Amino acid sequence: METAEEKDQLTLIRDEFPILHQDVNGYPLVYLDNAATSQKPLSVVESITDYYLNYNANIHRGVHYLATKATEAFESTRKKVAQFLHTPDHREIIFTSGTTDSINLVAQAWGRMNVHSGDEIVVSTLEHHSNIVPWQMLAEEKGATLRVIPITPEGEWDLSTINDIINSKTKIVAVNHVSNALGTVNPIETIILRAKYVGAKVLIDGAQSVVHFDVNVKDLGCDFYAFSAHKIYGPTGVGILYGKADVLDAMAPYRGGGEMIHVVSFKGTTYNEIPYKFEAGTPNIEGIIAFGAAIDFATSLDKEFVKHHEEELLNYATQKLKAIPGVKIYGEARKKVSVISFLVDGIHPFDLGTLLDNQGIAVRTGHHCTQPLMEHYGIPGTVRASFAVYNTLEEVDMFIAALEKAIFMLK
Amino acid sequence: MTIEDRQQEIISEFAMFDDWMQKYEYIIELGKDLPLISEENKKDDLLIRGCQSKVWLHAENKSDGTIHFTGDSDAIITKGMVSLMIRVMDGMPAKAIAEADLHFINDIGLTSHLSPTRSNGLASMVKQMKIYGAIYAEHA
Repeated sequence: METAEEKDQLTLIRDEFPILHQDVNGYPLVYLDNAATSQKPLSVVESITDYYLNYNANIHRGVHYLATKATEAFESTRKKVAQFLHTPDHREIIFTSGTTDSINLVAQAWGRMNVHSGDEIVVSTLEHHSNIVPWQMLAEEKGATLRVIPITPEGEWDLSTINDIINSKTKIVAVNHVSNALGTVNPIETIILRAKYVGAKVLIDGAQSVVHFDVNVKDLGCDFYAFSAHKIYGPTGVGILYGKADVLDAMAPYRGGGEMIHVVSFKGTTYNEIPYKFEAGTPNIEGIIAFGAAIDFATSLDKEFVKHHEEELLNYATQKLKAIPGVKIYGEARKKVSVISFLVDGIHPFDLGTLLDNQGIAVRTGHHCTQPLMEHYGIPGTVRASFAVYNTLEEVDMFIAALEKAIFMLK
Repeated sequence: MTIEDRQQEIISEFAMFDDWMQKYEYIIELGKDLPLISEENKKDDLLIRGCQSKVWLHAENKSDGTIHFTGDSDAIITKGMVSLMIRVMDGMPAKAIAEADLHFINDIGLTSHLSPTRSNGLASMVKQMKIYGAIYAEHA
């Protein structure tokens, strides 16, 4: 159970999220859909307002006061992200519209130059559609093959055949750090080592990881790391692509437009340097500035508290769920973040989701954009409860009580 | 009874419920009671794929110009809703089905089930019922 001190800390954190303090369908809102998107602290909301009220201007090109101020705020987020991922070179941080956009950028800008007929691309069974479809499209265009890392019944990667799956034909390995559907924390270090050994590039989909634990891209040694701002307290429509400078340098831009050029003439165009050559067009300025505030918020949290509290939420909810007859948890990896996918015997996840919603409990039901994974388990989908640092053990109790009521009604 | 009469009947039934639980308990009962669609009709071409739950709808054009519907779903609440839709539309003239204004879902406070974002296949099912109505009215 929480200590008094932890309770105080939690209250302070919850106070930063006004949205949590409301009733839904006559019940206090219990928001357990954090893996879909996190809620936003006041500082992030205020950052957007502040930008529009005080220094809205288009960035980089203007010489006037507002443009300079907006550009500085915008670029300061890039530096914060670089620090957040532990790279000393902020040119390695590219702003995109989200994880999906980041992955597509690599699949197009890097993939089309480097993947050829007969080559292989490696993903895993745990991938989100966003980290499958862009590679399928590339493979189809190039005549390359998609190889898939299988999983164990517990929802961990089965690495017994990894030396066969990642081989000399492998051009890129694109896998997630944390599974969005099951919460599994994947041993990406092992995969990166193997990929490096065969000379393949590695892209890590970090959409579900950065909000839970510290990520050091230099220690990891991956070539690309992608994530979305909105899953870590930031606004929607902002994504990050980290790429090693030399890898990015060697890539041609894949979207043409303003900002990404050096000189344009009708005889030909030369491109800007990294990161700008991948940032064509006016970006989501207010979103990126507010993401700076989100990183400030995330890094202001006591890391030990976050780790301990999220583990407590996960363990407590897991234990309570397992005590309910007929509940089956999908994904029982040894290393998990605070995400629980489950089904109740004989009950469709949609029915549970509907009755939970009527009791103010926000969970996600369905296939979680991981149809190959659901197919692997032979299920239509799951109910997924995903916890954030601002959730409480009381909320777990409310969730369990609401679930028991739903099961009683449906049985 | 017209489609409108049937809708009014359902609205007055639901008016008796005090809270959401009673409402859903009733819908769940309806779902359990819905006569099963015959397995031969549970084919993929009769499947209306929602993002979350699946709906099967079978329509049979009777010689008197009415349409007989049977349906099913893999989720019980969706099935209860399917049952309500069928109760309103079943055995009605094709033209009336094509032109039906199904306001009862809204009136009984279950609008969210029909929103396209709900992805349970119900909105598509209503559309499909009306398409059957329009096609059979044309061929009548």
